[in-house]
Amino acid sequence: MLRLLHLSAPLLARSALKRKSFMSIILFFLVICWRAAASIAWAVLLLPPSTAIFVILSKFSVLHPIQTISECFSMLTSATAIFSFILLCGVIIMVGFLNFEYYTVIPTIACSKIALFGQLLHPRQLVNSLVHCIMGMIVAWCSAVTIGFRYETLGHPCAQTDGYHQMCLNEYHLILLLGGAFVGFSHSLLGVIHNMNYVSFHTVQQYKYLRFKGCLPLVVKCSATQALYSVRNFIVVYYFLGYIPRTWICKTLNLHLGSSAHPLDSIAGLLDLSLLYHLWISATFLLFTWYITLLLFRIFLTEGYSFPVQSSFTEDADHCLPKVLTEKQPMILKFLALQDLALLSQHSPLRRCEVFSLSQPGGHPHNWNAISKECLSLLADLTQRLVAYHDTVATNGRAKSLSSGSERKTSSETSDFMSPRPTSPLTAPFTPDLDSPFMSPALRRLAAPVEQGSPWYGTVQSPHIMRRVKNFLAKRVLIVYLFNKLPEASSQALFADSQAHIWALEGLSYLVQASFSEDQFGVVQTTLPSILSCMLVLQEAVDRHFKLPHASSKPVRSTSSMGDSTYKTLRFALRATLKTAIYRITTTFGDHLNAVQLSAEHRKRLQQFLEYKE
Amino acid sequence: KEMYQSLDFSPPSLSFPRESLKLHSRTENSSKAAFLDHSETLWMRSAAAWRDGGLTGLLNEITNSHPEVPKWLSMSSGCILALLQWVSSFHGSLFPHLTLSSEDMIAEFSQVLNWSDCVVRAFAWHPHTDKFAVALLDDSIKIYNPKSATTPTLKHRLQRNVAVVQWKPLCASALAVGCQNCLLVWHVDPCSLSTRPSAGCAHVLSHPGHAPVTSIAWSPSGSLLVSASPMDTAMMVWDVAAESCVPLQRVGGGGVTFLSWSPDGSHVLASTPSALFRVWETRMWTCERWPCIKGRCQSGCWSPDGSRLLFTVQDEAVIYSLTFTNTPGPHAAVVVADLSETTFSTPDGDIIVGGEIQSLAWDPRGERLAVLLKGDPRAADRSPIIAVFKTRVSPIFELLPCGFVQGEPGAEPRLMQFHPNFRHGALLTVCWSSGRITHVPFYFLSASIPRLGLSGSPTLPHVQERPADFANQSLFTEFIS
Repeated sequence: MLRLLHLSAPLLARSALKRKSFMSIILFFLVICWRAAASIAWAVLLLPPSTAIFVILSKFSVLHPIQTISECFSMLTSATAIFSFILLCGVIIMVGFLNFEYYTVIPTIACSKIALFGQLLHPRQLVNSLVHCIMGMIVAWCSAVTIGFRYETLGHPCAQTDGYHQMCLNEYHLILLLGGAFVGFSHSLLGVIHNMNYVSFHTVQQYKYLRFKGCLPLVVKCSATQALYSVRNFIVVYYFLGYIPRTWICKTLNLHLGSSAHPLDSIAGLLDLSLLYHLWISATFLLFTWYITLLLFRIFLTEGYSFPVQSSFTEDADHCLPKVLTEKQPMILKFLALQDLALLSQHSPLRRCEVFSLSQPGGHPHNWNAISKECLSLLADLTQRLVAYHDTVATNGRAKSLSSGSERKTSSETSDFMSPRPTSPLTAPFTPDLDSPFMSPALRRLAAPVEQGSPWYGTVQSPHIMRRVKNFLAKRVLIVYLFNKLPEASSQALFADSQAHIWALEGLSYLVQASFSEDQFGVVQTTLPSILSCMLVLQEAVDRHFKLPHASSKPVRSTSSMGDSTYKTLRFALRATLKTAIYRITTTFGDHLNAVQLSAEHRKRLQQFLEYKE
Repeated sequence: KEMYQSLDFSPPSLSFPRESLKLHSRTENSSKAAFLDHSETLWMRSAAAWRDGGLTGLLNEITNSHPEVPKWLSMSSGCILALLQWVSSFHGSLFPHLTLSSEDMIAEFSQVLNWSDCVVRAFAWHPHTDKFAVALLDDSIKIYNPKSATTPTLKHRLQRNVAVVQWKPLCASALAVGCQNCLLVWHVDPCSLSTRPSAGCAHVLSHPGHAPVTSIAWSPSGSLLVSASPMDTAMMVWDVAAESCVPLQRVGGGGVTFLSWSPDGSHVLASTPSALFRVWETRMWTCERWPCIKGRCQSGCWSPDGSRLLFTVQDEAVIYSLTFTNTPGPHAAVVVADLSETTFSTPDGDIIVGGEIQSLAWDPRGERLAVLLKGDPRAADRSPIIAVFKTRVSPIFELLPCGFVQGEPGAEPRLMQFHPNFRHGALLTVCWSSGRITHVPFYFLSASIPRLGLSGSPTLPHVQERPADFANQSLFTEFIS
């Protein structure tokens, strides 16, 4: 019997582990997939009104307004319109699916141009671009059919001089299709450059409808301007390379080139205002529907979710906040749990009460212990990361074998595809020879292409060889351009997941503040010394980091882009939150803090806060 | 009637004579006229006009350069310009304040009486320490700290016509400044010995169309900053460190003029130039609309626990009160004080007091309410005056007249604020038209023990009563009317 038990113990443990991950998957499906599906459904529901507006705008003529309206009505009820509308719905669903597949809550930040190229040429990204290209072409076909008129079909019958009829290529149709493909492709490229797959969380909570309404003007503006730029680029490309697809299409489909009109890759052909307008309006329509899908996805995904703090049923224990907080994967659930923690600590006394409560048999503060432990470990992890980074910078990149340890554990399943995270601090971004500090793994690939197992990861062998190689290559301008570290990129990358730390700081500090009057059993007091010292150590590390060059330079803010640039200022937000969090604790407890066990150094630091001198 | 008693803390009483300030008479684009006439090409001028004046500037430029542009172009741009002006004048007739210049607009909606003529234009106590910031007529801000010998002076290219300043709670250094074109957030290192912090210490926060800024409010938890402009229908919620903002837009009102965040952080009062104000709840940022009958909401203040809002309406001499409790349901504002004109006979003769209210201030413990009465500029014997009330918030709301605060002869009160954590009662700081800043203490024993709740309020934690301090001092010199 005893033996049996002995045997079954690991088995039990394994099945428990399985169950745990299974539960988190269930929660993931319940919450995340449901939200993604709802956002796609709303995007599809919003398609008819946006299509109607597009139809009106594309067919509008100043001279015959009434004719326009009647044309629009007959158009909207025709069979082709319904077919193309179904196609559009399919495209929207596909876009929503891609958003869901590629999104990340931790942005991937390329530290140099070559890393950015690495991201762009990654197979996963190539698939994405190809799909977007095809979808762009489909939307362009739909809009060509909708606009009708001379854009409707690819071939049209044309009369030769001898009266013999044959099919000619309709270049207007072709240029619209190619335009759609080009816009789709550039959308996918810009998505990588502007980190469009990054989903940021807002500090201001709003209801979904109000947030959507507030963002709508921005989406319209972004899609119109982006369409303008894309169409301009497309026209330049078509002017030079337009003959290639044209002749190819003619050959494969056995069509003739119409001899009557101007070929469209000439200046006279492209200076057709109506053509340019139709290109722009269909590109705007395309981008608008896609941006709306993206916006809805972001809004639905980042909506606050209220996890129960504790449950009276054991089978629900895995859905409770302390459990979800400690899970590593999926990252989005962890973020939602942290957000919920920050909100509950601020706004709901009842749920705080549950956090401070003791377990029924036993009387242990399990909830508080789990929450505080997870938050502290997050903060300690950031401190360690900052210290390691600072050390390597201080030793001028000559550190020995730090890189393998500093592999960031935070990469989520969704963000691991675009590799060159700032994996090795060896990249020494702020060394005095700043002319060509570079992504070492990438350079190694060039220097020794044979021995590369994993393309972008690895460790550095000898700094001496690297230095020589670097000096040799540094003379080439292109290489310098490619390998030059983008300023402040490594600082951004270091704080890429700092939203989690911000919530942890807020959650802890508000809970500690509330504990002053609400904590009946004094559960918080036991962890107060470790919370304070953890925050003070982090404060020191952050202060040191901001003394580095580039770390405190403010990034340029781009306003008219759908890419979210919140990650660029996360480090400033973290610094401010950290200081406020310490002040929140010191103002609440005041002189009582003298009774807390702290090291002499920390006490001195804390005194500065008590006197408002930080 | 003014008393001043120094205990262990004596804030400096300052004076800024008007003559001592170096004023500059700069107007917008004034440097342009000093240069010779330009002879640039049309394209250059159009580009410059587009950059400086936007669409209207460009149209103006095209319309005014007759010989160089084709006639149809100048004609059509003239037509578009006229149309735009017509539309904007129509808009202006709906909301008359839109036709004001930015300086007049600040003066109109400021909490400061007669702002444009004021030497001290804004004042702010630090929420936790005894330092304060003073914005002066010459667009500089000075920071006084009784514990330090240096008084940093803040100047910035964009810091013009300062309407409001406020320190960030739970922070030692950040000071937000609302001015004519933007918002500035200064970081004044309390340990630094520099008297002129560089412009690099200031972060500029601006949003197209959101100027002039007439009111700002920090959340008591120090995480968010809201700003309001009468020109912008949206109220901005800033995450200052991230330099990002969320516009909160609602139909109606035609702008936002005055903001006040409740000390417990749960509500924000936002008044508009029309007869309408809103009370936002800060969790999901939804709002309640409160239409007024007569005029716009001029001023407002919150009780320390955030459950009661006192506000005044333009052209009315009463104080209204609104309560915010968790129970939903219809509630209406009630009149709690009538301040219409009354004659008091004093040893110096009869004085007439009462009338329209400029601003309200409630002390952080909720025991004294100061009301700045506008007076009547045409009548000599009706100068502005501060009326003080004794108040109690719980268990039932009480408001009793307590006295008046007057300055030296000829000096009018312009601006007032309570010290956020005065230990012995309440300390009212008043800025006078003469450029003086004085502090009026009210010594009393707190009726209720200060709440140490989770309010995140900057005012609460350290307040402790020390009755022994006053045992043998003559304290009450307030006269009760």
